[in-house]
Amino acid sequence: MKKTISRIYVIFVFILLYAPIAVLIAFSFNNSRTRAKWGGFTFKWYLQMFQDAEIMGALRNTLILALLSATIATILGLMASLSLNRMKRRNRTVMLSVLNIPMLNADIVTGISLMLIFIAFGQFLTHYGYTIVFGFGTVLVGHITFNIPYTVMSILPRVSAINPSTYEAALDLGASPSQAFRKVVFPDILPGILSGFLLAFTLSLDDFVITHFVKGPGFDTLSTKIYTEVRKGIKPEMYALSTLLFLGVLLLLIVVEKGKGARNKNRKPAY
Amino acid sequence: MSNRLIDLQHITKSFDGQMVLDDLNLYIRENEFLTLLGPSGCGKTTTLRIIGGFEQPDSGKVIFDGKDITTLAPNKRQLNTVFQKYALFTHMNIADNIAFGLRIRKKSEDYIREKVKYALRLVNLEGFENRMPDSLSGGQQQRIAIARAIVNEPKVLLLDEPLGALDLKLRKDMQYELIRLKNELGITFVYVTHDQEEALTMSDTIVVMNQGYIQQIGTPEDIYNEPTNAFVADFIGDSNIVDATMVKDKLVEIFGTRFACVDTGFGSNKPVDVVIRPEDLELYALPDGVTADSPEYEKVADKARELNPGFLEGTVTDLIFKGVHYEMDVEANGYTWLVHSTKLFPVGSRVLMNLDPFNIQIMNKPESEDEQAVSSADL
Repeated sequence: MKKTISRIYVIFVFILLYAPIAVLIAFSFNNSRTRAKWGGFTFKWYLQMFQDAEIMGALRNTLILALLSATIATILGLMASLSLNRMKRRNRTVMLSVLNIPMLNADIVTGISLMLIFIAFGQFLTHYGYTIVFGFGTVLVGHITFNIPYTVMSILPRVSAINPSTYEAALDLGASPSQAFRKVVFPDILPGILSGFLLAFTLSLDDFVITHFVKGPGFDTLSTKIYTEVRKGIKPEMYALSTLLFLGVLLLLIVVEKGKGARNKNRKPAY
Repeated sequence: MSNRLIDLQHITKSFDGQMVLDDLNLYIRENEFLTLLGPSGCGKTTTLRIIGGFEQPDSGKVIFDGKDITTLAPNKRQLNTVFQKYALFTHMNIADNIAFGLRIRKKSEDYIREKVKYALRLVNLEGFENRMPDSLSGGQQQRIAIARAIVNEPKVLLLDEPLGALDLKLRKDMQYELIRLKNELGITFVYVTHDQEEALTMSDTIVVMNQGYIQQIGTPEDIYNEPTNAFVADFIGDSNIVDATMVKDKLVEIFGTRFACVDTGFGSNKPVDVVIRPEDLELYALPDGVTADSPEYEKVADKARELNPGFLEGTVTDLIFKGVHYEMDVEANGYTWLVHSTKLFPVGSRVLMNLDPFNIQIMNKPESEDEQAVSSADL
């Protein structure tokens, strides 16, 4: 009896969590413009979406942004992790707390502050004849900024887990310092680098708030595109687009989790 | 065991202004099993790391096979190290771990396969090629670390407390394994440990170190039977170290009682330190209520005198059963003597205590301040 109730409760929670997305996905296949009735199954919204140049442009922007910002944030995060690991314990704790605050900070605050600093910095630059154009560049900088703490969070634990003797062992066995880093140290950190990259990629892919504030007119990512289109009126292509975005993020999360699981299986205590 | 393979000359090293090694001189002969023994912070690991090339001495030279290698990078040295925490490459399987050094040296894959097999056979882990390091026990990982080092045919194997993380039983097994390996390979072992029992079991030569100085170099027998100072005596095994006076050659006075001994050349009426191993003290039970003037006391005393004209009288204050022997504290003349005996003397029983003249080890009192610091060092 108790078991049945708890099972029903769990199912109820999952329905609450996933019903909106299920409805969205269902409507993306609805062969009718209104949400009131089911007009039969169709792929036409998907076809229209792929033929819409603006949407495709936004998709391209999104993917390039995600790829670039994740790559740069991962490189910066790796460098930060390597040096954080060498810091004295006290300094490291302080630095990590400073690094963590932006993650907990409301996106809207981060977005507005970024927008302000771009404007302020842009005004400063005008004295020297330069200007900052809101668009791809500013969004990229914004995405890199909010991604860095996450990449550090993924990479730093791997870096600190490295037994310093393994590097020395590689030297001892005849490897040059660069060989030792490439063959021994880097492979040990690689899983952290990959999961940090995927996490950053996902976060960049589905960010709306920060992008919204720093993008400027005429530049759109998928999320901002959906937002503006939906405000104009119902457009079932947007359901299709949202569905694809959801599935894309879901896929990435599965890859990240799978990677973690596989690693944990290998990582049981030695004795 | 003839020529000097490694020669450390006037090595000095300090970290953050703290002196770790002070003018250390030491040579290691070919095919020798040499152990650097001492408490933590004595400089033994630093010495090993200087030989391995992981630390540079502030001054002094490292001579290897006649060549000065003081500034040579670790990857260019003809020696390999077994690290304290194994330091296996966790993302590689066992075969790749062992093959690491050979691949760096661009050996052929056929050669590598043979050598890996051979190395695994040497450490009794045949067929482990495709296992991952994390799936192995601590003892197995340590064997792989040894295999990974010796597969490169180094002239010298450096071992930094390699058995420190293993449990007692495994440690014993590995000690025999290491001795066997050394004999089979015929290479030089330089071994670092703080475990005196390990050092005594395996070494040809023991170097006892404390606070950056070498205290004594010798065979295990030398070090155990004839420690040069109170630190060595105290560090190697249990011992009673007491103040005494050398009355004249072959006669020493301990707590007012004169004992025959075998040492000469200390002068007369000179204060000395005396080391007495707990297993060398012989106990004779005094029956209850016997006073010093009764004939029964004399009977026991006569027996005690057979060993040495002098003897001490005391009371057993503590008793622990240790398996092979009993460990007892005997209070006599205001000093608590540690005694090992196969016979049981219950707590509270009065005993006479004596020892063979051969087992009294006389040492000069430390003179210089350095030595003073050494002998009074808190362990």
